[in-house]
Amino acid sequence: MAASWTPDQPIVQCVDVRKSFGALEVLKGISLSVKKGEVICIIGPSGSGKSTLIRCINALQPISSGSIQIEGIEVTAPKLDKLALRRKVGMVFQQYNLFPHKTALQNVMMAPIHVLRQNRAEVEVRARALLAKVRLAGKEDSYPGELSGGQQQRVAIARSLAMRPDIMLFDEVTAALDPETVKEVLVTIRELAEDGMTCLLVTHEMNFAREVADHVYFTDRGVIVEHGPPETLFTAAKDERTQRFLSQVL
Amino acid sequence: MKPAEPVHGFAVLLPYRLVPTRMSVRISPLSAAIICFCAIMAVSTAWAQTTPTMLSPLQIILKWSPLLLRGFAFNILISLLAMLLGTVAGLGLGLALLSEFRPLASVSWLVTQFFRNAPWLVLLFFVMFLVPFQITIFKTTIPLPDWVKATVGFALPVMANVAEVVRGAVRSVPSTQWEAAESLSFTRRQMMWLIILPQCIKRMLPPWMNIYALVAMATVLASIVGVSEMLTLTAQVHAAEGGRPELFAPLYGFALLCFFLYCYPINLWTARLERRFRIR
Repeated sequence: MAASWTPDQPIVQCVDVRKSFGALEVLKGISLSVKKGEVICIIGPSGSGKSTLIRCINALQPISSGSIQIEGIEVTAPKLDKLALRRKVGMVFQQYNLFPHKTALQNVMMAPIHVLRQNRAEVEVRARALLAKVRLAGKEDSYPGELSGGQQQRVAIARSLAMRPDIMLFDEVTAALDPETVKEVLVTIRELAEDGMTCLLVTHEMNFAREVADHVYFTDRGVIVEHGPPETLFTAAKDERTQRFLSQVL
Repeated sequence: MKPAEPVHGFAVLLPYRLVPTRMSVRISPLSAAIICFCAIMAVSTAWAQTTPTMLSPLQIILKWSPLLLRGFAFNILISLLAMLLGTVAGLGLGLALLSEFRPLASVSWLVTQFFRNAPWLVLLFFVMFLVPFQITIFKTTIPLPDWVKATVGFALPVMANVAEVVRGAVRSVPSTQWEAAESLSFTRRQMMWLIILPQCIKRMLPPWMNIYALVAMATVLASIVGVSEMLTLTAQVHAAEGGRPELFAPLYGFALLCFFLYCYPINLWTARLERRFRIR
C-alpha cells in the first residue's frame, strides 16, 4: 500500500471516519483529503469532534471504523508502525506540552537526536536555525517555564519541524494564548504555509482561516456540514448551521 | 509589619498579612535534644559522685565512645547499602508496576504490596534464617555474614516503598507529556528515561529521603538478630560496666542522640525540599 503512494496523491486521505467514546459517537463519517502543500482549516463549534479527528490522524487515538491513510499508510492497520507514521506527521498541541526539564534548544534537539539518531552537532545547527525562524533567537537556553505562552508555542512548532515532517497538524494552538501573543504564533504558521508546508489546522481564528487556508471544512456534531474555498464558505455559506455559526463568531 | 504611609485622605483598608505570633523563647528540637541529654548526664553524674571510686557516666561514655561510634558507623553503612540496593531494585519494580505488559504489572503489584505491608522485623528474620550463611557458585564459596543478610532484609521493604514512590511520581506527570513525546515518535522506553523520569526526580526526592531516615533508624533492629551494630555494642558496654542501673540512661541516651543528630538534619532537609518543590 505504502509503495503505491505517489506524491501527487493526497498526503492525508480520510474516508468515512467514525469514532465513538462508549455510546457517544463523536465522529459520524468524516471524509476529507489534504494534498501536498495545501493549508486546510477545520472550523466548527466546540465539541464537534475537530480535535478528536486530528488526534486520530496522528494515531494518538484509534478510530472505530473507516479509513485514514497518511501517504498511503493505513492508520487502522493492526501492524501499523506508529513510529514511522509519526515521523511524517508533526503535531502541535493547544497546551504546547514542552518538556519542562529541558531548555528550548534541547526541546527542539531531543527527537532528531534520539529518534532519528542524527549527528548532535548538525542537529544543533538546525535547531538554532529553526528557533531563529520562529523568532526566538536568544531564547535557546530558556526553560519553558521562563517563556510566555506564545513563545512556548513557537518552540513547540520548532520542535515538530525539527523532525522534518511532511505535514503539520495544529490542534487549536492559539486557544490557550493571551490575545496579544496569538498573533506571533499565527504569523509563524502563515510563514510555514508560505514556505509550502502542508498544514491541517483546527482553529477558532476565523480571520486567519480566511486569509491562509486553501480549503475550509465546517464541522458540527461529528459531521462535515459544508466545505469549500474560504471566500465561498465565509461569504456564501449554503447550510443554515454554517451561517448561524459564522454569524456568531465573525 | 510597617504600616503604609497614607498618601491621601481617604480611609482605606490596607492589605494585610496575618503574622503568626512567635513564642518568646523558641527552642529548636535540636537544642531541646541536647539539653535533655545534658540533663540526663548531670543527674547521673551527680548520682555517680556519691560513689567516688567509680567512673562517672560521662567518663564511661568517653571511654567507650570509639567502639560505640564504630558501631554507629556500621549502622550507617548498613542503611546506606540497604538504601542503594533497595533503590535500584525499587526503581526496577516501580517501572514493572507501570509496564504495559499486564502479567508483569500484576506480579509486581503483588510483590510491592507484600513487602510494603510486612513488618520490617519479620522480613529481617526471614532473610536471616532462610538465607544460608554461605553460598557456593561454580565451586567458589561466598560467605554471607549476618550484616550482609541484614542489609538485604532492610533492602526489601525499601524496594517496595521506593517502587510505590516511583509509580506515584510517574503517574503524577500529566498525560499530555506522554502524548507530546508520542507524537515525536519516541519509543516507550525513551519516553520513560528521557522525558518522564527526569521530571519525576524532584517529586521523588523528598519521599525517598524520608524512607532513608526510616531505614537509618530501623537498622538497630539488626541487634535482635545478632549484628554488632550500635545497640548491640551499647548493651555489651553496659554489661561490661557491671550493668549498673544508673548507666542505662546515659549509655542508651548516647545512642539516641547519635541517631537523632543523624536523622534530624535529613528530615529537616526533606521538609525544606518539599516546601520548595510545592511552590514551583
